[in-house]
This record gives sequence, C-alpha cells and structure tokens, in this order.
Amino acid sequence: MTQTTDRNILSLRNVSKRFGGLSVITDVSFDVPAGARMALIGPNGAGKTTIFNLISGFYQPNEGEILLESRAIQGIPSRKRIGLGVARSFQNIRLMPHLSVVENVMLGQQARAGGILDMLKPLSLFGRSAWHREAEQLLADMDLPTYPGEVVATLPYGVRKKIEVVRALAARPKLLLLDEPAAGLNAAETDNLTAFLKRISETGVTLLVVEHDMGLVRRLCDDAVVLNFGRKIYDGPTATVQDNPLVLEAYLGPRHASKDRQGAAHVA
Amino acid sequence: MSGYWTGILTILSINVIMAYAIFLPVATGQLNLGGAGFQALGAYTAAFLSAVAGQSAWATIPAAMAVGGVVSMAIAFPLLRTRGVYLVLATFAFAEVVAGAILNTSELGGAMGLSVPEYLDYPVPIIAAILVTLFVFYLMATRFGLTMRACHDDDVVTDLLGVSIRGVRVAAFAIGGALAGLAGALYAHTFSFVEIQSFNASLSIYVLLYVLLGGTQSALGPLFGAAFFTLLPEVLRAVLPQVKGALAGLFGIQGALSPPDESWRFVILGVLTVLMMMYRSEGLITRTLIERLKPGRHPASATVEEASA
Repeated sequence: MTQTTDRNILSLRNVSKRFGGLSVITDVSFDVPAGARMALIGPNGAGKTTIFNLISGFYQPNEGEILLESRAIQGIPSRKRIGLGVARSFQNIRLMPHLSVVENVMLGQQARAGGILDMLKPLSLFGRSAWHREAEQLLADMDLPTYPGEVVATLPYGVRKKIEVVRALAARPKLLLLDEPAAGLNAAETDNLTAFLKRISETGVTLLVVEHDMGLVRRLCDDAVVLNFGRKIYDGPTATVQDNPLVLEAYLGPRHASKDRQGAAHVA
Repeated sequence: MSGYWTGILTILSINVIMAYAIFLPVATGQLNLGGAGFQALGAYTAAFLSAVAGQSAWATIPAAMAVGGVVSMAIAFPLLRTRGVYLVLATFAFAEVVAGAILNTSELGGAMGLSVPEYLDYPVPIIAAILVTLFVFYLMATRFGLTMRACHDDDVVTDLLGVSIRGVRVAAFAIGGALAGLAGALYAHTFSFVEIQSFNASLSIYVLLYVLLGGTQSALGPLFGAAFFTLLPEVLRAVLPQVKGALAGLFGIQGALSPPDESWRFVILGVLTVLMMMYRSEGLITRTLIERLKPGRHPASATVEEASA
C-alpha cells in the first residue's frame, strides 16, 4: 500500500466521520492518482460533500487517515491546507459578493503570499501590482477577460461558477476539488465548462469532481468512486460504472435485486 | 476663519478619525460599539501626560495611540470570540468599564475631569484627519485590506483560502484602537479639558452610525458618513429657522413659535437616519455606486445589476 502512494496525490485510508450518533462516512478508502480526472458520485446524501469537507479540513475524521502526497494531513488546520496544494470550489458559489472579479482571484493567491511585506504592499493604488497583473492574466487565459473590475454579485451565474474555479486555481493547487461545477448550468454552459476543466487538467492539476451530471462525468473523468449511505460501493473506470449492480441499486432502488422479486412473489 | 468654523472643522476632523477607528473592525465584520471607551483611553492618556507629567503633545499623542492600540489588541483576543450582537454588547460593556474606571480614579480627576495645559489649534486635527484618511485608503488597497473585506463577506471560505481570520480581525481591531486613541488625544488638546461624561454611549452610537450609514464597503463611506452627520445639524441650525419662518408666514402666524424650536434639528436628523436605513441599508457609498460613477463605464452593466438586485 505504501509503495503505491507515491503516484497518488491523495489517498483516503479507512476514513469515518460521525455527527453525534449519525455515521455520515463509514470506512471509505480510495486513491486519486496524480494528474487524474476523477469523479466522486452517488445519490443525494451519500456523503460526497462531507468527503470534500474532510479533505479541505472543514471537518476532522473520527477515524482513518487522509494522505496528501503520502503525508497525513488530517491534523493540519484548514487554512494551511491550500498552501499544501489542495484548493476547492463550493456547491453553492461562495465568491465574495462585494469584491470585484480580480479581487476575488487575488484573494485566491493568498496561499502564496505569506509574509507581512506581501500583506502591506498595495495591490492596486498607483497602477497595478504584479499580483494584480497575474490575476488578470489568469482570467484572460481562462477566457474571462471582460469582467475584471466588475463587482461579482452583478455577474451571470455561469460566469461566477467559472470565476470560483479560477480563484481556486490562483493558489496554483496540485489537487482541485470541484463540488458540483455544472449544477445550475444549461447544456451549452456545461459543454463550455467541460472544455474549461479539461484545459485545467492539461496543465497538470489533478481534478476530483463531485457531480450529478453523468454526461459531464463521462466526458471529463476516466475513473469514478461511487458512494452510497457513506460507504464506497464502486471504484473503477467511469465507462463501466453503469453496469455495476450496486450502483444501479443505489440510484434506481432495490427493484433490480433478485431478492426483492422473490419477496414480491412470496407476498403474491 | 471664525471660531465657529474652526470649532466645526476640529470636531469634523476628530469625528473622521473616530469613524475610521470603528470602520476598520466593521470592515472585517466586527461591529464595535465601544468607540467612546477607546477614545476616552486616548484622551485621558494625553491629558494625564500633559497635565501631570508635563509632556509635550509630541509625546502625548503617540502615547495615546499606543495605549489605544495595545489595550484594544489585548482585549481583542477574548472579545473577538463573541459574534454578532454579543460582540456589540461586549464592546459596549468595555466602554462602560473604561468610564467606570476613570470615574473612580482620583489621579485622573474622577468626576471633575482634567484640564490639559497644552493647546493645539485646528490645523493639527485637520492634518491628522487627512493623514489618517490617506492611511486607511492605502491600507484598504493592500492585500491586508483585501483579506479584511473577505473576512466580512465569508469567513469560512476566507479561512480555506489560507487567511488567518483571527490575525486579520485582531490587527484591524488594534489599528482601530490606536486611531481612537489618536482621536482622543486630539480631543484633549483641542478642547483643553477632558471629562468622562463626554465619552458616553451616544458618542459610541453616533460613531458607529457614521460608519454604517456612510457605508462599510469602501474607505469613502466613513468619510462621507462623518461629514454628513457632523455638518447636517449645523446646516439645519442655519436653515431650520428660515424654513419655520417661511411656513409660519404661509399660515399668517406672527411672533415666536415653539415648537418647532432649534432642537428639532435632531428630530430631523433621526428621521433621516431611519429613512437611510430603510432605503440604503448598505450605506451611502457602496462598491456598485463607485463602479457606476467611474468614467468610461458601459451602461449595459448597470442594467444587469438592477435586474439581479
């Protein structure tokens, strides 16, 4: 197990999370290889966002280990994890509504601006600083050049979704956690987003994506981990995920299971 | 310049500095209703050093800022564990504790107050207010200012982006305390007399109003708020008798009338405050307003904004 972790950017080892008496995550283990585009899927309430919250440090696991490049990170405070290379987006957009687009992206650079000097140098007072120009360049590279000065609250939903991903990218992460990036987008916007995420992946960033849109998952991700009621029920190629009986049962209910048909016959 | 106008400019300058002292914590999402307490710390530090120790204003003003800054930093750690209305109450209680302590300290004059021998004329507070304004504008343009505004909007995400929320909030609170100390020292030296009754709850409330009604999203807000609320009563003082006279003339009434007498300007001030809270709860100066007023803006973006608002 330990030999293979070198090629994995992220590994969960027997991770469990309980809230009081409620087990939300039970004994989940999986590996995310460096450079992969992996999906984390499952029905509502399966624990996908909880896994993200455990990785980003918002929650602490009750049991198990979370390894980032073979290093256990579960004891490291949330605000230090972005500096180790884990950035994320959120299910409902959580950009700073009163900041402009460029300011949001500059906030994403925070993990790389540690010192007090960086904190006290003007970002844009008499002309734009290097940070400011870098943020504008990143937005331009991601085809979002027209908005920089705009206050975020005034922008369309699909654009804000992309800006949130760009903000996470500004930290130059190794691993990017995307929580339902396509939620609320129409078909054209989803296509656009898929291409956008593929381009990010080509720069060497590992993607772990929680998503309900199976079309996007199939086009973007080679591998998938499927959760149901906090347990892992599938871990393998995305191409065969829909042939797996456990996955079908999780999504479509137990009517496909033979046991159930016998039960129905018995009642009849 | 007449004594009336220099007096108003002095008060305006002190109010602007106080508004920025409260603006800094409010910009990080921490309401501070203890402004009078921090100002009293600075005023009494300066008054004591000037009257008892015979120090010059070159020493008393920095000392007042240091006391304001150090005390607010020390209390920031326990204080900023509380949130929302509890923080407001805690800061308010702090101001009451300061007032009670000064009232019961005979070295500080107790209820009698202290006279301050060294007098500073109005240019000093004006220059200080300009410097403080420039300093806050500079601060808000730095990455520290960016993280302050981010803490205000969403502290959970700001933490995940690698910002030490506590560090930013304590720093903003402490810098605010130092500015309140400066405002207090200037008050002591320009009014030549300090008594604890001047640093009462309504001062704390007024200063917080300057900030909230001026707007907390940009450093322009407190400047406008302080100017508006300092100058409006004076404008009403001049305008109200004429309005009253005109109205009375309209109804054919002669001679002295009461009410409305001069004190009614505070009623009008109160009504205007309520109206502003109802119709412009984010403050007079908002980011979208600034963006809209920038030259070369395309009108299309304004329509998007109206639609989403």
